[in-house]
Amino acid sequence: MQRSTMDLWVGIFVIAGIGALLVLAFKVGNLGTYSASDSYTVTGSFENIGGLKVRAPVKSAGVVVGRVTDIQFSTDTFDAQVIMSIDSRYQFPKDTFASILTSGLIGEQYIGLAAGGDEALLKSGDKIMKTNSALVLEEMIGRFLFNKASEGDGKEKADAD
Amino acid sequence: MALDALVEIRDLNFSYGERPILKGINMDMHRGQVIAIMGGSGSGKTTLLRLIGGAVRPSSGYVKLEGNVVHKLTRDELFRIRRKMSMLFQFGALFTDLSVFDNVAFQMREHTDLPDPMIRDLVLMKLQAVGLRGAHDLMPAQLSGGMARRVALARSIALDPVLIMYDEPFTGLDPISLTVIGNLIRRLTDALGMTSVVVTHDVQESLKIVDYVYFIADGVIAAHGTPSEVRESVAPFVHQFVHGEEDGPVTFHYPAQAYARDLRLENSFA
Amino acid sequence: MPRRIVIGIRGVGHRVIDSVWRLGYASRFFLLTMLKSGTSLRRFGLIIREVYFTGVLSLIIILVSGLFVGMVLGLQGYETLQRYGAESAVGTMVALSLLRELGPVVAALLFASRAGSAITAEIGLMKATEQLAAMEMMAVDPIARVVAPRFWAGVISMPLLAALFSAVGVFGGYLVAVVLIGVDEGSFWSQMQDAVDFRYDIVNGVIKTCVFGVAVTAIAVFEGYDASPTAEGVSGATTRTVVTSSLAILGLDFVLTSFMFRGMS
Ligand SMILES: Nc1ncnc2c1ncn2[C@@H]1O[C@H](COP(=O)(O)OP(=O)(O)OP(=O)(O)O)[C@@H](O)[C@H]1O
Ligand SMILES: [Mg+2]
Repeated sequence: MQRSTMDLWVGIFVIAGIGALLVLAFKVGNLGTYSASDSYTVTGSFENIGGLKVRAPVKSAGVVVGRVTDIQFSTDTFDAQVIMSIDSRYQFPKDTFASILTSGLIGEQYIGLAAGGDEALLKSGDKIMKTNSALVLEEMIGRFLFNKASEGDGKEKADAD
Repeated sequence: MALDALVEIRDLNFSYGERPILKGINMDMHRGQVIAIMGGSGSGKTTLLRLIGGAVRPSSGYVKLEGNVVHKLTRDELFRIRRKMSMLFQFGALFTDLSVFDNVAFQMREHTDLPDPMIRDLVLMKLQAVGLRGAHDLMPAQLSGGMARRVALARSIALDPVLIMYDEPFTGLDPISLTVIGNLIRRLTDALGMTSVVVTHDVQESLKIVDYVYFIADGVIAAHGTPSEVRESVAPFVHQFVHGEEDGPVTFHYPAQAYARDLRLENSFA
Repeated sequence: MPRRIVIGIRGVGHRVIDSVWRLGYASRFFLLTMLKSGTSLRRFGLIIREVYFTGVLSLIIILVSGLFVGMVLGLQGYETLQRYGAESAVGTMVALSLLRELGPVVAALLFASRAGSAITAEIGLMKATEQLAAMEMMAVDPIARVVAPRFWAGVISMPLLAALFSAVGVFGGYLVAVVLIGVDEGSFWSQMQDAVDFRYDIVNGVIKTCVFGVAVTAIAVFEGYDASPTAEGVSGATTRTVVTSSLAILGLDFVLTSFMFRGMS
């Protein structure tokens, strides 16, 4: 009789432990939101990826549709090859536009996909042709200052006229 | 006794490190016999049992069990032969995480495929024999010293072995249990034709039940004989032991340097 | 003076040789335990019994500690993150700290001091009271019958305990951040789910706990089996189990972390 209560406790313990693992996987982790098993990979070349990291989300219309699986530097084209795996539930036209975006001002960087109008769909191993590089803060500030300066120049010229 | 001895010990020597414990022991133990081994404390009786069981290796000589030299057996062979013998440890060595019942059932569960109801009956029979059937639910920690020894005894006879070694089965028993256990050992030996080796200090009780007695002192067999020979013996050693006298050839002390030197008295002699 | 140095060097040498010796013996013992695991895997009841003693009886300390660690993480995380206006990331912080480091490591440390020391003391006492010798005389191998079930029970219990620790910890973080402080519940969970990857964070954490479980129980059963059969021998072995396995946990954690999480994220 003592034995059976012991068995019961061990059973409860094992179930609770496995339950905790499942909670961690589905509630805390991303196993519930997308499964890595059913996916296809596509590549995109970017002139500059900014702070993009492996495992960064790939989103379309704000929905996570995949993850960045690898980032390489190509010595042929001197740009970054970003390999992403996309859930096969989501199919995109060939002329889909991929850009590196930032969530919030200093948040994580992710890849945003904007669907085009092509009839043909992206297949596994395909390359995304239209890409848009990351906005690098320093460059933005530099461009902003330059614009301001040239604006100022224009004004001066106008004043002189 | 024309039959081959179950246990045959020849020129057995053993030492712990540098210190010799046994020096040339010869013994024969036959089926159906109860054999007593007596000797002072620390004379190597437990060590002798451990040698017979193959727990330690002799430095020379051998122990033969059913014709097999024990220390030359492989581990598997040794384990096979150990299933036919059992040992009652000096301090009981009950498994403290198992109940009395499970302790006695231990070997049956490990070595046989007996169904549970049969194991139950066997265990209760063994416990009945030592008068503790009512205590089968208790844990070892709840037993008195004497009760624990009796449970250990029940456990050692669980599988009806051909050789049982009892290391001081009578210590901690009241006179009644002592007689009962003594008779139990005798009856088991006769009924099953096994061999019982009893290490004991209880001279009077053991002389009633045994067939042969060996006295060990200083690592050798100082005397041996049947109980009647022992009772009549005029050898100073045996006489001292049987009558428990302080003065005689057996020394009470563990070997040591001169007492005076240990007490730093040597200067006072100068 | 040179004599003293010689004696000192000799002492160090003895120590080194002694520990190499022990390490070799321990490895052989570990191998034997593996080889003789057949019995206990066939008679699973033996392992279940030990899972009760190592796993179930460690539950309370694991659950309570997990809850408090998670709550503290929630408080501290909120305190720090709100300076950057990122307080909704507190869930991410709690979950990642627990899954990657604190869950496996703290649970293993608690396991070592709760269950590891108990295993050592039990086996050591069985040796001191000749129970292991008695078992040998009964033709039952103590490594197969006593050591192996305890070893496997520890290996099974450890990942489950660590998972419970992390889960309760996340719940503790949720209690503090969402219920107590009032961080938005939706962003608490969604940011966490965005940041925590199943393969990368959770599976790696589970691998860590498995390694810790093997290390702690292997040390515990060995120290018990190797203890000198006296009261101080057993108490010394128990202390050594806690010290050695704590060091092993922290050392292994560094090695594993550097393999698993190198330069990413
Ligand atoms: N493990 C050991 N290491 C070293 N010496 C030992 C060991 N075990 C026993 N001895 C020594 O061997 C001698 C014989 O011990 P043993 O246990 O056989 O005595 P014994 O005859 O059974 O004594 P007692 O009647 O007191 O039980 C003792 O002097 C003891 O000091
Ligand atoms: Mg003895």
